[in-house]
Amino acid sequence: MVDLQVDIAGLKLKNPVTTASGTFGFGEEFVDFIDLDKLGGIFVKGLTIKSREGNDYPRMAETPSGMLNAVGLQNKGVDYFIDSIYPRIKHWDTEIFPNINGSVIDDYIAVAEKLNEVKGINGIELNISCPNVKEGGMAFGVSCPSAIAVTKAVRKAYDKTLIVKLSPNVTDIAEIAKGVEGAGADSVSLVNTLLGMAIDAKTKKPLLSTITGGLSGPAIKPIALRMVWQVYNAVKIPIVGMGGIMNGNDAIEFMLAGSTAIQVGTANFIDPQVSEKIVDEIEQYCISNGISKVTDLIGGLITE
Amino acid sequence: MKRIQDFSVIDTLWLNSSSYILILKSETSIEKIDPGNFAEIKIPDAADIFLRRPISVYDVDHEKKEISFYIKAIGKGTSKLGSLLPGSKVNIVYPLGNSYTPVKNKNALIVGGGSGIAPFKLLGEQLRGLGSKVTYLFGARTSEEIVLTDVFSKLGKFNCTTEDGSLGEKGLVTSHSIFKNIKYFDIVYTCGPDPMMKAIAKIAENNNIRCEASLENMMACGIGVCLCCVTPTIRGNAVVCSEGPVFQSTDLKW
Ligand SMILES: Cc1cc2nc3c(=O)[nH]c(=O)nc-3n(C[C@H](O)[C@H](O)[C@H](O)COP(=O)(O)OP(=O)(O)OC[C@H]3O[C@@H](n4cnc5c(N)ncnc54)[C@H](O)[C@@H]3O)c2cc1C
Ligand SMILES: Cc1cc2nc3c(=O)[nH]c(=O)nc-3n(C[C@H](O)[C@H](O)[C@H](O)COP(=O)(O)O)c2cc1C
Ligand code: FES
Repeated sequence: MVDLQVDIAGLKLKNPVTTASGTFGFGEEFVDFIDLDKLGGIFVKGLTIKSREGNDYPRMAETPSGMLNAVGLQNKGVDYFIDSIYPRIKHWDTEIFPNINGSVIDDYIAVAEKLNEVKGINGIELNISCPNVKEGGMAFGVSCPSAIAVTKAVRKAYDKTLIVKLSPNVTDIAEIAKGVEGAGADSVSLVNTLLGMAIDAKTKKPLLSTITGGLSGPAIKPIALRMVWQVYNAVKIPIVGMGGIMNGNDAIEFMLAGSTAIQVGTANFIDPQVSEKIVDEIEQYCISNGISKVTDLIGGLITE
Repeated sequence: MKRIQDFSVIDTLWLNSSSYILILKSETSIEKIDPGNFAEIKIPDAADIFLRRPISVYDVDHEKKEISFYIKAIGKGTSKLGSLLPGSKVNIVYPLGNSYTPVKNKNALIVGGGSGIAPFKLLGEQLRGLGSKVTYLFGARTSEEIVLTDVFSKLGKFNCTTEDGSLGEKGLVTSHSIFKNIKYFDIVYTCGPDPMMKAIAKIAENNNIRCEASLENMMACGIGVCLCCVTPTIRGNAVVCSEGPVFQSTDLKW
């Protein structure tokens, strides 16, 4: 038996496999395909203080080994989540992490305060890296002082596990990670999508209504792995790694680069069963390699 | 219940130079499918195609464990599917989306164009079973594009228009003489290019006839989680793959 349990700053996950915000709905959309109790955790769709309609269609373009999206945080607001969605999904034996967003720091604080009161929710993911909103979002995550300011403010408002989601659209991600660690983050998750663009040469028009959007999928995996490795060498807090994970082997690579847990994102669109398969594949890898505790993989990259 | 299931290709029956019927067979039983439901098809052996492709279910045979699709080859994925040899493996996620509302003992007009005729074999069969009378009206550029007339003629009265006048009435579907007697119909079902559906919906609405349109927005997940496929409605942005693809025309703000 392999011990698959991992620990995010005191919060125990039954295994390192979780699902990425915005790619897994509220989990319930997957009940026909997998057993949600098998997952370490579920990061649900981004929430804001008020409901948002998101950006105009078209919001998606397929790209080589990936896709661009420009959803723009369409959601019904944090109150609707707490009152109408959470009661439906809380019975699952897995950690539910809301992903919180705002245009100004006070919005983030308001959402965090509300979630702080919800019994059963033991952690939140503070998204300072959404590239698809005009105000706030990624603007907080691409400068060190603003990343620190929003993390400090939410830290004050939130007592449980606080995971800060970092943007890859920066020159030095390790510096931002150190900044949010100092500001009280319990963990960092990375990466969010990379800012990208797609053009139709025939019509000379952009393929997204917003012109630019967020790139995800295997196309970004080498960049994401590099960033996880850089952050691992800069901070002491646990890392939740993601970016193009399609199978167990990819997940293992993210753990070797320094991730304590991983998130499966865009892969859920191609195979709705992939998250559960990755749990099994990690276990199989450990068995074949004589590893008794999955935590032994974390940062296990051999460099000499 | 939604399922992810492996099938093998029985055949690809080409109907003209650009469209074909893809017949797939499974080892295991096939889920219940309602007219208008679609599947997300993984394109096999295509490293350059990342996402699945949404395609309406054309026909299903539960006894033979077969499901088939009517597909127009318009790009990489739809061309690749049409070139598969018998025995090739194809993985699909289905049945997805909602379905057309069935009506009993009524007169139904079904208007299709392009790949939008796909859901109308199953719909015609269902409506006939409920005692409704079905009238089809399909539009195309030329007679070569009017296909499967034998199938549809068995289910209802068949009409068509072609832009060059090579079959049926000459012109666009919306100019067909049937619309002079539009009041005869209790409901209009449509699927096809947006401009066609909008024009049909307008005629129906002007005559206080219920109209249901099936949208073909670009999709990534097909199961309502990515929120990429939205369309504006009177109740805000609706998720086409899970709340649709079939909408009552008066709900749409298109
Ligand atoms: C619910 C639903 C049901 C559908 N049912 C059928 C069906 O029964 N039969 C059928 O032939 N087609 C159907 N379609 C359309 C089909 O999904 C697209 O034609 C297909 O995804 C194109 O893939 P491709 O790889 O061949 O094209 P690509 O190589 O990806 O693209 C070629 C061109 O087609 C355009 N395109 C891509 N996707 C779409 C789309 N969804 N709608 C319009 N244009 C698009 C692209 O912008 C591009 O210009 C349906 C779509 C939806 C959403
Ligand atoms: C359609 C879509 C919607 C997303 N929505 C959110 C969101 O609401 N909040 C968030 O923090 N990240 C969001 N993301 C980013 C993912 O959580 C993840 O960081 C990114 O896609 C990289 O991982 P992947 O390559 O495995 O998908 C979204 C991604 C996609 C593709
Ligand atoms: S395609 Fe993902 S929500 Fe419709």
